[in-house]
Amino acid sequence: MTPLERAFREERAQVVATLARRLGDLQLAEDAVSDAFAAAAATWPAAGVPDRPGAWLTTTAWRKALDVLRRDRSAPGVAVEATMPPAPEPGLRDEDDLLQLVLTCCHPALAIDARVALTLRHVAGLSVPEIAAGFLVPEETMAKRLVRARTKIRQSRISFELPEPEVLGERLASVQAVLYLVFTEGHLASGDGPAVRIELCDEAIWLTRQVQRLLPDDCETTGLLALMLLQHSRAEARHDGAGRLVPFAEQDRSRWDARAIAEARELLATTGRGRVGQYQIQAAIAALHAAAPTTEEINWPRIADLYGLLDRVAASPVVTVNRAVAVGRADGPRAGIALLLPVLEESRLAAYAPLHAAYADLLERAGDDAGATAAWRRAAELSRNPAEQAALERRAARAPRARPPFRHAKGPHRRK
Amino acid sequence: MQYLMLLSSAPDAWDSPDAPQSEDWGVYTEALIEAGIMVSGAGLQGVETATTVRVRGGERLLTDGPFADTKEHLIGFYVIDVPDLDTALAWAAMVPNVRTGSVEVRPVMPDAEAARVDATAAAVAG
Repeated sequence: MTPLERAFREERAQVVATLARRLGDLQLAEDAVSDAFAAAAATWPAAGVPDRPGAWLTTTAWRKALDVLRRDRSAPGVAVEATMPPAPEPGLRDEDDLLQLVLTCCHPALAIDARVALTLRHVAGLSVPEIAAGFLVPEETMAKRLVRARTKIRQSRISFELPEPEVLGERLASVQAVLYLVFTEGHLASGDGPAVRIELCDEAIWLTRQVQRLLPDDCETTGLLALMLLQHSRAEARHDGAGRLVPFAEQDRSRWDARAIAEARELLATTGRGRVGQYQIQAAIAALHAAAPTTEEINWPRIADLYGLLDRVAASPVVTVNRAVAVGRADGPRAGIALLLPVLEESRLAAYAPLHAAYADLLERAGDDAGATAAWRRAAELSRNPAEQAALERRAARAPRARPPFRHAKGPHRRK
Repeated sequence: MQYLMLLSSAPDAWDSPDAPQSEDWGVYTEALIEAGIMVSGAGLQGVETATTVRVRGGERLLTDGPFADTKEHLIGFYVIDVPDLDTALAWAAMVPNVRTGSVEVRPVMPDAEAARVDATAAAVAG
């Protein structure tokens, strides 16, 4: 990594945040910071890297922004400095600025798509073409989405100041939802997606690290970071040599990233003092999966309990599906199916592939091979991820008796 | 910065136990005035009194009823003057009908705000 690349990764967001807060204008701040990086690219190789690259970039960007403001003032001769916002102190790293930038980009008055786009553009520093490719939309659509969002921020005067403590929780919940959405999008693409989509996982983890560093006492942000690390620790094992998706139960656990798992565990150990929330619970579930040395040793009763808790904290049909799978392992497939039946009758989730995959798995273990095959087929038809689709089709085609012997063959709840 | 708060409610919302009592409106308006942010506001007669006007091809067309056939109808408005959107949204969340209806918050164009002030100044000077 060149010093310029490092400065881009480590300093860019902070410099944008400092300028945006003082200027109250995200686009002006972003343009000035781009100019400052262009100036750095032109001068650093010959003149050397400044002692404090962040301070250098802030001062340079600030000057660029003032130039633009001066040019834009219609009346010549007006004392520009008098109406200018106060310059940032050189070298001052006001980390509240960075938190504010994240909170503004994730303001709940903006549409969720716009929040995602703003966060990736202005905090993570991705280009418009990169974000467009990451979310599979035309570049022009993404550019328009960003312009519209910045216009709303400016015209409706969404504040660049920290929110009052009583609404900080609501605002952080929006930040967490945005970051997790970015992560999930990358996770969906893993295997055969374009690199720019897969890298969304790394961007989401990087962004969450920044927020967690600024708010180490916010248990849900810490839980979210742990959850991402745990899910991402399995990235290598999710595909075989041919790029095919390997079901969770069949993954080679030695290929899981032990360092990421250890870090997630340490993070989780610091939570639990505050209010328990959906990300902490999901991370705790993922940690239990990671802790089992083999599939047979997974603590299903504990996981089923945690899903029960999650169903109370953040009820959704998707959570019920996962809970049914866990209960099916802990208390037998019939208990799992009983939880799933009401969800199957709801039309809302009729096209949700994991619902049918979970149903298929439970039916298979309950001995209903015909029902299972039909449900696997339905899941394969509905899946949008080609690698996942292939894996589901293999399950549908696989005669129950021809399954590899290690798959739950001696599970205590198996009924045949 | 001025924000328009457009208040809407469905006719059957008034039967809800969460529906505002008539004294709630006075209390809320009083709070806006005390906070020094009240610009203007009014409640409206029922939607059955609405007439919508359009002119097409030079011809005036009148329709009995509101401009859009929606479940919720406009019941009143406030214009408030506050520093930013978050402050406006906090006030909007306290409007008496917000638990059974909805409040749309829109920034007033700065030019329109300035024009209003100019008109007031002209009126005072005149």
